[in-house]
Amino acid sequence: MIWELVFAPFVEFGFMRRALLGCVAVSFGATPVGVFLMLRRMSLTGDAMAHAILPGAAIGYLISGLSLSAMTIGGLIAGMVVALTSGFVARVTAITEDASLAAFYLISLAVGVLIVSTRGSNVDLLHVLFGSVLALDDAALILLCSFATLSILTLAVLLRPLVLECVDPQFLRSVSRLSAITHFIFLALVVINLIAGFHALGTLMAVGIMILPATAARFWAAGIVGLISVAALIATLSSVIGLLLSFHFSLPSGPAIILVAGIGYIFSLIFGPVGGAIVQALPRQKT
Amino acid sequence: MHSVQSLLTSITATVALTLSVPNTSWADDPIPVVATFSVLGDMVKRIGGEHISLTTLVGADGDTHVYQPTPQAARVVAEADVLFINGLGFEGWLERLVEAAPFAGSLVVATTGIEPIAFGDHDDHEEGHEEATDHHGEHGAFDPHAWHSFTNAIIYANNIAAGLAQVDPTNAGFYYQNHQIFVNEIRALKAEADVIMAALPIDKRTVVTPHDGFGYFADLYNLRFEAPQGLSTESEASAADVAKLILLIRKQEISAVFIESITDNRLMEQIANETGAVIGGKLYSDALSSEDQPASTYLDMMRHNTKTLSQALGD
Repeated sequence: MIWELVFAPFVEFGFMRRALLGCVAVSFGATPVGVFLMLRRMSLTGDAMAHAILPGAAIGYLISGLSLSAMTIGGLIAGMVVALTSGFVARVTAITEDASLAAFYLISLAVGVLIVSTRGSNVDLLHVLFGSVLALDDAALILLCSFATLSILTLAVLLRPLVLECVDPQFLRSVSRLSAITHFIFLALVVINLIAGFHALGTLMAVGIMILPATAARFWAAGIVGLISVAALIATLSSVIGLLLSFHFSLPSGPAIILVAGIGYIFSLIFGPVGGAIVQALPRQKT
Repeated sequence: MHSVQSLLTSITATVALTLSVPNTSWADDPIPVVATFSVLGDMVKRIGGEHISLTTLVGADGDTHVYQPTPQAARVVAEADVLFINGLGFEGWLERLVEAAPFAGSLVVATTGIEPIAFGDHDDHEEGHEEATDHHGEHGAFDPHAWHSFTNAIIYANNIAAGLAQVDPTNAGFYYQNHQIFVNEIRALKAEADVIMAALPIDKRTVVTPHDGFGYFADLYNLRFEAPQGLSTESEASAADVAKLILLIRKQEISAVFIESITDNRLMEQIANETGAVIGGKLYSDALSSEDQPASTYLDMMRHNTKTLSQALGD
């Protein structure tokens, strides 16, 4: 029974194993980044960056067709340009980072839509640009796994300054020059993880796997290690359950995975031991 | 000869103008017409010839399902004397466009008078319920891809010729002459295709395409088409659909896998990879190809599809 429901689909079908591997890679790569985004109160930055990447990927597609590398490189360039310029503007002018990011991603998005429209192709670019988790080929899987590895290794190196930047950015800026570098490398990580997520989950679902597990983890753990582990666990579970739901109930896979993560978030929000709704409602016990 | 004819037509036009028949245009001025997508556009061009100036909204290799009209499209529609559409809900965006344009000419629905296939008639999609209901909302109750039947194509041609003749009666003779030539060519191709398709083995008649665009062709030649994406290219495949196709291929109930010009073919390639099935070639369903590809006219498209299918199924 359990075998039939849970394991058989993966044993029997190669595309299910590929989908699972792709999702797990994205789960491990993107969720730690999501945790830091949340801790730095930048959760919506993920969404903004997702829009900033689209035009670059679209240009890549228009130049060389459905090529994984062209679209990835295009997306990387667009994402990095937006991240770097908005970060730079925020550091040298009076404007705050979220405002300058909003400005730059909107410019980037407008440029992208303009290019796509004047090119006159009527194939729905958003649909073509990013694959479905069910159609991951070898090249896409290698890309997803390398991006996840790169992301985890970079985070391991940057862990200390990143945590400091979350807790007390003023202090970090005063004692070390690493502050700016850390910030930009972190934004770069956001970009590469979003691109990986795009290839796996298609368009805007990618932001979901980055942010939802991280915010859900917030209700289960307080320390950074705990947060990251719980978030990665929730993301992986959501991937497995979402894929199985897609398999057994004939649902589109990307939205199924994100919805499971969303249900995980709502469950955590109610029952989570760290600041969840029920815990908050209970009378405080005196210690 | 030509100058005599044009002299004659201009005289007739002048007479017609003095009699103030509505909607008449100068015989030398081609009348502005709009067709919604490339397949229909090719047919209109065949019949209208040099007496029309044709704009096709969704060009070669474009996907009509997801087309978004531009202000330019609204302008050509507003200026057009005739607007040719497929109907049966194929152009979901059309109603808004015609209202916004605003369009005051005559609207010709090319599928008028055909016998539409209802969804699910030609193909049992028990496992695609979510998708099927999704399409109902968008497409209406019938499969709009009617041009894949030769018989329907002749009805398309009739409607187009009648529509042009009504707006531009001075050139009606010209339109009907072209119409006759075109219909004869369709009939000849149908006869050719009938022979080829009849020769295919009975047990090798199920194939996979990315989206369900070939219902009428399937009906005509007793084929079965399976598609993970369903009737619109807009929907997303589910793991269940993909698994079902793979099982069918493994049980050798499916004989060939095809890709399409307007869809994302990575899913098909993955399915072929996993099962060892060979990709039988590229089919053209909802749009003609550009000039340098093998399906740049309606007749070429039908010829190409027939040939590709029969080659993949014949061995």
